Amino acid sequence: MTVHTASEADQVAGVLASAAARYFGGPAVIEGLSRESGGASRQTWSFDAVAGGERHGLILRRDPPTTGKASDRSATALDRATEFRVLKAAFKAGVRAPEVLFELMPQDGLGEAFVMRRIGGTAIARKLLRDPPYEKARGLIAGQLGEILARVHAVELGSLPALVRREAADHIAGLRRALDALSQPQPVFELALSWLDRRKPAPIERALLVHGDYRTGNYLADESGVTAILDWEGAHLGDPVEDLGWLCVKSWRFGAVDKPAGGFGSREELWRAYEKAGGAKVDPARAHWWEVFGTVRWGIICHQQAWRHLGGAVKSMELASIGRRAVETEVDLLQLLKEKI
Amino acid sequence: MAQDRPTAAELLSAIADLLREEVTPVLDKVEPRLGFQMRVAVNSLAILEREARLGPAADRREHERLVKLLGRDASLDDLNRELARQLRAGERDERDTALMAHLEATIADKIAIANPKWR
Repeated sequence: MTVHTASEADQVAGVLASAAARYFGGPAVIEGLSRESGGASRQTWSFDAVAGGERHGLILRRDPPTTGKASDRSATALDRATEFRVLKAAFKAGVRAPEVLFELMPQDGLGEAFVMRRIGGTAIARKLLRDPPYEKARGLIAGQLGEILARVHAVELGSLPALVRREAADHIAGLRRALDALSQPQPVFELALSWLDRRKPAPIERALLVHGDYRTGNYLADESGVTAILDWEGAHLGDPVEDLGWLCVKSWRFGAVDKPAGGFGSREELWRAYEKAGGAKVDPARAHWWEVFGTVRWGIICHQQAWRHLGGAVKSMELASIGRRAVETEVDLLQLLKEKI
Repeated sequence: MAQDRPTAAELLSAIADLLREEVTPVLDKVEPRLGFQMRVAVNSLAILEREARLGPAADRREHERLVKLLGRDASLDDLNRELARQLRAGERDERDTALMAHLEATIADKIAIANPKWR
């Protein structure tokens, strides 16, 4: 799906040249433009802008104008303009996140899009978990993720755009609706959702900024550890422990199963770093609840990914095959429900 | 009428071997993006090979257990639909040992096909 016509790249380069010129206040030359990853509807492009004798390494995040075909975007995902504002607020509050620079305008014709600074590092879990250059980083990442998350949760709500508030009950209702939209009955997910429903944590006093997809694979890291938290489109207001639970879901350990904190450390190590950096004291039972929730959530997302193909929104063997990964979370759920916390 | 050898599982595994051992290395050199897609495809072929071998018996066992658990006979899909309904309604939960034994056995059979290395 990374196939794009030369004319698309030319169009993007042309628009970027004039947008960069507007932002940097002088003529800008666009070099090395290349499409990185993502599906047809969510694109990431990498490029350099040379302006005023300076070279800026940049990233374009872009949702092309919809063609009227069934959208394959998640209904709960933020639009680009809101994501831009969340990133801006987080960066200003000292969260290790990419610095966003400017948005493109509707008349630019690229759809919803913004530009941010490119940051070094890789997001590929397999490399971070196994390759020699990251050996030192592997000992640091769990603690860093705790520290950074405390900063995310400390972002002033007044600095943020309007975000949906989603708490435990809303999430359960959302996942049940998602199950109803699938063609096959799912006894294990139903069991787990009823388990979660009966044990919902007490409502939170004050909803905080929740990243919503805080996990290995969604941050960049280099030899020194985490360099930037990415993928903010799931941001919402809610229970901050949601992010801690999601990070520990077994699927995000990528095989390093004995290291719950994203494959890099223990839960306690993560929580200690989080608390030390100003996060509220973590209640293990609450964290367990959110880890069980996250496991159901990922299992249902696997089915939804497959349905983007099966429903005809996109044609992708890769997405279709994700449907067969859902059972991994069923194995984990039966295990988790047996644990006494 | 029974088909001649190779069986579905044998043919799938021969295809997977060819794609893994001969096609993927070439793709990795020429077009890494397709090399990645090919790995996903080879992995899916391995799932299908296990499904062709183990799926029918697993489905039969699941059906037998469900008939016993729910006390009536219907298609596998209908029985699972009824079980899912009961679980959402809270008519059964994790304290029901017969239910849990059924789910454990069903998921063990499913993961043996989808990803036997998962732990």
